[in-house]
Amino acid sequence: MLIGRIVRFYLEGFRSMTLGRTLWGIILLKLFIMFAVLKAFFFPAYLQGDESEKEASVATELTDRATTETHHGTD
Amino acid sequence: MEPIDTTLVDWSRAQFALTAMYHWLFVPLTLGLGVIMAIMETLYVRTGREFWKQTARFWMKLFGINFAMGVATGIILEFEFGTNWSNYSWFVGDIFGAPLAIEGIVAFFMESTFIAVMYFGWNKVSKRAHLASTWLTIIGATLSAWWILVANAWMQHPVGMEFNPDTVRNEMVDFAAVAFSPVAVVKFCHTVSSSWVLGAVFAVGVSCWYLLRGRHREFALASIKVAAWFGLAAALITAHTGHQSGRDIAQYQPMKLAAAEGLYEGGREQGLVLGGLLRPGADWAAPSEQSKFLFHIEMPYALSLLATHETDGYVPGIRNLLEGGYPLPDGSTALPAEEKMARGRKAIAALAAYRKAKDESAKSAALAELRDNFAYFGYGYLSNPAELVPSVPLTFYSFRIMVILGGYFIALFAGLLIACKWLPRWTQWKWALWVVVLTIPLAWVASQAGWVVAEVGRQPWAIQGLLPNVAAISRLDVSSVQTTFFIFLVLFTLLLVAELSIMTKAIAAGPETDNPTA
Repeated sequence: MLIGRIVRFYLEGFRSMTLGRTLWGIILLKLFIMFAVLKAFFFPAYLQGDESEKEASVATELTDRATTETHHGTD
Repeated sequence: MEPIDTTLVDWSRAQFALTAMYHWLFVPLTLGLGVIMAIMETLYVRTGREFWKQTARFWMKLFGINFAMGVATGIILEFEFGTNWSNYSWFVGDIFGAPLAIEGIVAFFMESTFIAVMYFGWNKVSKRAHLASTWLTIIGATLSAWWILVANAWMQHPVGMEFNPDTVRNEMVDFAAVAFSPVAVVKFCHTVSSSWVLGAVFAVGVSCWYLLRGRHREFALASIKVAAWFGLAAALITAHTGHQSGRDIAQYQPMKLAAAEGLYEGGREQGLVLGGLLRPGADWAAPSEQSKFLFHIEMPYALSLLATHETDGYVPGIRNLLEGGYPLPDGSTALPAEEKMARGRKAIAALAAYRKAKDESAKSAALAELRDNFAYFGYGYLSNPAELVPSVPLTFYSFRIMVILGGYFIALFAGLLIACKWLPRWTQWKWALWVVVLTIPLAWVASQAGWVVAEVGRQPWAIQGLLPNVAAISRLDVSSVQTTFFIFLVLFTLLLVAELSIMTKAIAAGPETDNPTA
């Protein structure tokens, strides 16, 4: 009963939207671009493998970077 | 192992800064306008006047547009943590994860639940229930900001954790110390109150635009009075919390304070630079015969007083911070940067030894060495003390832009209140109305300048003292970071153009008052 009232509340609210429809369209488009394009193609998780592999990889990076000099610029 | 290219560090920083700065275009308006619309609705519930309901609904519409445009833009920052800042994310995972998870679960769901009642619930729930939903929406948004700022404050002043060399992670040992660290509390108060100022500037600016157009006069004047009172109170709180923030910086990030003040040689009885021009091209990491200023105006003793609450308090300058040897508040003597770097290298070597050790005694010895020197861990990645000096011009000028605009906003709100009370003809002074309208973008300039001081001023650190950027970033191709930088530039600019377009149309349409010319 209560759940039904909540669902109706939301349905009526969404149906009565005017400017809100445009805004929801923008929100959904933005989320699609973020998760289906940016996350999938441009932002893979850099650390791979299980926890111990990630831990070993970071440990190697953190300990070795201190002993290698930074290269200043590519130009 | 190939060395890290500084170009990669610069592009990674630029990409993160771009994303964060665009994200921060939306957030402060949400926090500021949210309180204004809630105050308007409170007036409606208290007085029963339909006028206040229409006023609240108008500001709520602008709030909704901004909320929709800004929502989820912060998620991209989290993508960047995983891809571009993987060492950092791993190193801080447990500390950073907790506040961000709480932010997502509690605050986000709170605001997203009540925002539905706020927009869909007019005439469906009681006036008081609706008002409660409106306040809870903005309280939820503000609580979201709390947890994000807790995470940021931890990077500025890491507390409440213990480094675990087995997992190579900092693990939270004291949640309260992280969540309620003095830096986090002050940062939250300063950031939120400055966002209220921005919301108030926006509201008075839009209202003055209606006065210029000769439309919605009653609405505009009522909005100006409410927003100016709110803005004045917020601006005074911002000034007070800014002072407290300065005290925190003096204590925990003295290099940032020295950069913000252009203070090369520190000492006792230090004056505060009210304004000045830095000498172009000055080397801030080395002494010089010429002054590092072309000219400057100082208020005697004020910096010592602000930083230490004593007129003869010691404030270290950049040179003192690099060379050490000055007295610390606890009575000890500051170490020179070279020694901190040596101790940092010992800590990193101890971590390597610990992870390679085969027997318990070797592990224990390495662990003891690591613990003794862990406070300087990040210094071990630096090859030159000069790397500890942030961009002085950027920090110095941004600080002054923020403070001068903060003072201007106080004068603006006070002036508007005086004009509304004693100068009824002020609404006919077009120049004055234009001044207020043109102040709108300055609120964003001040807000962004504040973040530039906070973030540029703490370079080279991703985590103060523990992890510099050069160790925090992932080993990516520079070209891939450049590509995503420009993708974001286009994406966020399109989003901004869309927001400005929808927002200006909504403002042009105006509130649904009975008589638009009244």
